[in-house]
Amino acid sequence: MKRNPLRTQKIAFSFLLFSTLLIVLPVGFIVVEIILKGLPAINWQFLSDMPRQGMRAGGILPAIVGTLYLVSGAIIFALPIGVLAAIYLSEYAKDNLLNRMIKLSIVNLSGVPSVVYGLFGLALFVVFFKFGVSILSGSLTLGIMILPIIITASREALEAVPQSFREVSLSLGASKWQTIRNIVLPNAISGILTGTILGLGRAAGETAPILFTVAAFYLPRLPKSIFDQAMALPYHLYVISTQVPNVNEKIRYGTAFVLLVMVLFMNLVAIIIRSQFRKKKKW
Amino acid sequence: MAKIITKNLNLWYGEFQALKSVNASFREKAITAIIGPSGCGKSTLLRVFNRMNDFIEGFRITGEVVIEGKNIIDPTADLIDLRKKVGMVFQRPNPFPLSVYENIIFGLKIHSLVEGKNNYDEIVEQSLSSVLLWDDLKDKLNKSALSLSLEQKQRLCIARLIAVKPEVLLMDEPCSSLDPQATVRIEELMRELKNKYTIIIVTHNMQQAARVSDETGFMLLGELIEFLKTDIIFTAPRDKRTEDYITGRYG
Repeated sequence: MKRNPLRTQKIAFSFLLFSTLLIVLPVGFIVVEIILKGLPAINWQFLSDMPRQGMRAGGILPAIVGTLYLVSGAIIFALPIGVLAAIYLSEYAKDNLLNRMIKLSIVNLSGVPSVVYGLFGLALFVVFFKFGVSILSGSLTLGIMILPIIITASREALEAVPQSFREVSLSLGASKWQTIRNIVLPNAISGILTGTILGLGRAAGETAPILFTVAAFYLPRLPKSIFDQAMALPYHLYVISTQVPNVNEKIRYGTAFVLLVMVLFMNLVAIIIRSQFRKKKKW
Repeated sequence: MAKIITKNLNLWYGEFQALKSVNASFREKAITAIIGPSGCGKSTLLRVFNRMNDFIEGFRITGEVVIEGKNIIDPTADLIDLRKKVGMVFQRPNPFPLSVYENIIFGLKIHSLVEGKNNYDEIVEQSLSSVLLWDDLKDKLNKSALSLSLEQKQRLCIARLIAVKPEVLLMDEPCSSLDPQATVRIEELMRELKNKYTIIIVTHNMQQAARVSDETGFMLLGELIEFLKTDIIFTAPRDKRTEDYITGRYG
């Protein structure tokens, strides 16, 4: 049979389209499933109450609060360090062995499995620094985990600022640091924020890094200080799904729903920030 | 009187020698044009005067460039002071993505030249007036500089320089992205500005050099072939290569 290039192309296209649709399918399925089963559980009491009867009833307030604490702690730690490191790497670092090693480490850091971060956090923060199993240890562990995301996004944002802006600023007699502070950073801030928020979404959803460092199995009260243990949504979900028998499916899916909404909300904020700044910039 | 003097200036980018023993003196409060075919080193020479070549990989320089008795290519020279004194206008108008007002005061803030907001206002008005933009923009000071026309942007860039009270203006093909009418008007502005500033312009447009400059240097392959009064170089060049270039035999 003679080959018809047009038909071959059509077949190839349909394979490509099919593969692409395969990506959408599971996302759509997960979201729909969780909304359908989780939404009925959502009411004010569920969001604002302590868990009761061994987590088989009541709300998930401490888990929500715990996750918020952890995410805030991670950002307080990771944002400044990540942005400063990104500035160093993209603006100051020369191409030498040390800096190549740093860049390689960042790539590798992002490839470390999250449970390894958990173990590392346990060894360093919980045991060595004696922070104990606490919000502080958990935040620091999550912070380290999202550092590579923040650094990579910030570097990309910094490097996207046109070279000509730097050149003009320097030619006007600005020092390198003045150039970075007044010209480069303000134009990179949207990219940095976007990357940070995506990192936060990741931090909010991870279970393994908080497993040994902060997460409480069942703690029906709010944490009082950063040295307290705390519940957190992803771990709570794990617990009520696998460790506690006879938990109503509604509660499980309700918890998943809240977690999903939090993460999707952060991603949405990132998308909005990005599109707002895109509209503004014309270079 | 000479404002800038170069003595036996050699410059390399790695193995490539971009400037070969350039000796020249640039007159104060005059317009000097540097012409020559692409890659002849004219922009490189211009960028020596405010040390904008320093960052390029493999950059090496020997000789002297004297501005007001100081050798500015000395590694200990004060770059910030130099660049305040010697400003640069680039090929593409490049205002910052800020308002007109903030663009003008950028240099002032960097150098902490002014205290208090009222004094900023005064300098913004003076700077914009001196590039004939004040009447057009006085009601649009808070508009983004990116919304201006190309010509207005280029004028704004000149005003941004003038705000820090420089003495020398380096112009690197300042009209190459402008249309002919805008070019004429920028050239008029240059003639106006030379009463106060020493201007050195790099251009590949020989007619422009002939129109605006008092003296012209012709460069070829890193060498300064000839440096004469403009009316002489365009009518009676001494060097055969200059003649060939200005009569259009190459370039």
